[in-house]
Amino acid sequence: MDFYLTALLQGLCFSGIALGIYISMKIFNIPDITTDGSYTLGGVVTAIMLTQHQPVYFTLPAVIISGALAGAVTGIIHTKLKINALLAGILVMTALYSVNLTLMGRSNIPLIGTHTLFDILQISTDPNNNAFWILAFFVLILAVKIGYLLKTDFGLAMRATGNSETMIRALGVNTDKMKITGLALANSLTALSGYLTTQYQGFADINMGIGIVIVSLGSVIIAETIINWLGIISTWTSLALVLCGAIVFQMVLAITLSLGVDANLLKMVTALFVLLIVSLPRLLLKHSG
Amino acid sequence: MIVLDSVDKVFNSGKANQVHAVNNVSLTVADGEFLVIVGSNGSGKSSLLNLVAGSVLPGRGTISINNTDVTRLNDYDRSKWIARVFQNPLSGTAPDLSIIDNFRLAALRTSAKGFSVGVTTAFKNSIREKIATLGMGLENKTGQLMGTLSGGQRQALTLLMSVTDICKVLLLDEPAAALDPRSADIVMKTADNIIRDFKLTSILITHNLKDAYNYGNRIIQMSEGCIIKDIKGENKTQLTQNEIFTWFS
Repeated sequence: MDFYLTALLQGLCFSGIALGIYISMKIFNIPDITTDGSYTLGGVVTAIMLTQHQPVYFTLPAVIISGALAGAVTGIIHTKLKINALLAGILVMTALYSVNLTLMGRSNIPLIGTHTLFDILQISTDPNNNAFWILAFFVLILAVKIGYLLKTDFGLAMRATGNSETMIRALGVNTDKMKITGLALANSLTALSGYLTTQYQGFADINMGIGIVIVSLGSVIIAETIINWLGIISTWTSLALVLCGAIVFQMVLAITLSLGVDANLLKMVTALFVLLIVSLPRLLLKHSG
Repeated sequence: MIVLDSVDKVFNSGKANQVHAVNNVSLTVADGEFLVIVGSNGSGKSSLLNLVAGSVLPGRGTISINNTDVTRLNDYDRSKWIARVFQNPLSGTAPDLSIIDNFRLAALRTSAKGFSVGVTTAFKNSIREKIATLGMGLENKTGQLMGTLSGGQRQALTLLMSVTDICKVLLLDEPAAALDPRSADIVMKTADNIIRDFKLTSILITHNLKDAYNYGNRIIQMSEGCIIKDIKGENKTQLTQNEIFTWFS
């Protein structure tokens, strides 16, 4: 049972990144893979600040800002230099590897003897249970904030930017600025996942972000499959499904491991699982048609 | 009032595919004037409209709207004055947003999109009343996604959206070209009504010479980036449909 609780906690840690990918990919229609770098950046900033004995509440805005900066750089390269979004993301992600390594000074920082988010409240004596409540609370606040944002006038303008650029420009929105803001928001959410994971696992590692984009893509695609299948319009339901997607994804990986699949094959299983979800609607359609 | 002074636009300058889209055009569209532009493909009509809208910036010359120099302003900065309806019904609306959300954005064309929820019950009711005037039965479907509507319905709503916020200038780029004859007729009549009711200064591009004859109080013909005919007021009224046809023979 503990095994699945760990997967659930990992899924909650990844909810930020899933929301981030949902915003860049689904709201803005931009394939952004700065993710691998900005996730690690969030973890690195967290580890550095906490080991310098900075308080958790002070670390949080620093992580948000660092992620936002990374996203903004990708956004500026994409909009101002007219570079393909995918390439812009790859460039920033690659550069961030050096940034992260330079910031850390080594490849791994353990959080020994530091005060983390999970020490703030003692709801349960079991550390995993305690972590669950803190993460759940954190993710709930995050989701409510993003959900509200998408409902505001600014949020509508964000959604229209990814949906009908000619229309929203004619309605007075600087779409370049909006895309930069959107990518900054998406990557600050991604960095928040790095913030949570680092504190949950107790260390930041230079390689923690490798392949992370596929995890969040998987979560969003699980959600999207259900959204399209049931014809869901509500923003709130969509966000809830994205969060569920992140958890389901981790659960599937946990089940895979518990079936005795070699841990070295985990990335392969991840990729195949995402492939399966992506192709599922089409395969089902073929079958019924 | 829109004033274009010696406006010039060359695309792909210096290359083999160089196009002199707008050739030193000076044009004044008075307040409340409804200008119709006709001309064959590649005559520069759309470029001229895009220059007014700000989607394309001129190589030379100046453009002003209501005595403000807007020559270097981008399209999103000119939305303070200008509302647009595009040829493609998909361009004027956001298909994955609901009708009411589309209207909310249109209602903020001249102001900032802030961090508060603007789609309130009061807003919904006021928009429903407006939509009801179209007589299309769409007033009870405001929660529906824009993408589920037909091209004609979307163009009619786009027209209505343009006057949801303060509007001085309405630019219509072949708004009915992609529609079936009946929808086209409804859209053109709706446009004409809105232009009259709100006393808008408008520019309509059309290939439909019947529309060019029926609508507007001034007509110009463009060819190779220049204005070659300009007929307004009484003379436009006296113009027959056949005469306009002969311009193209």
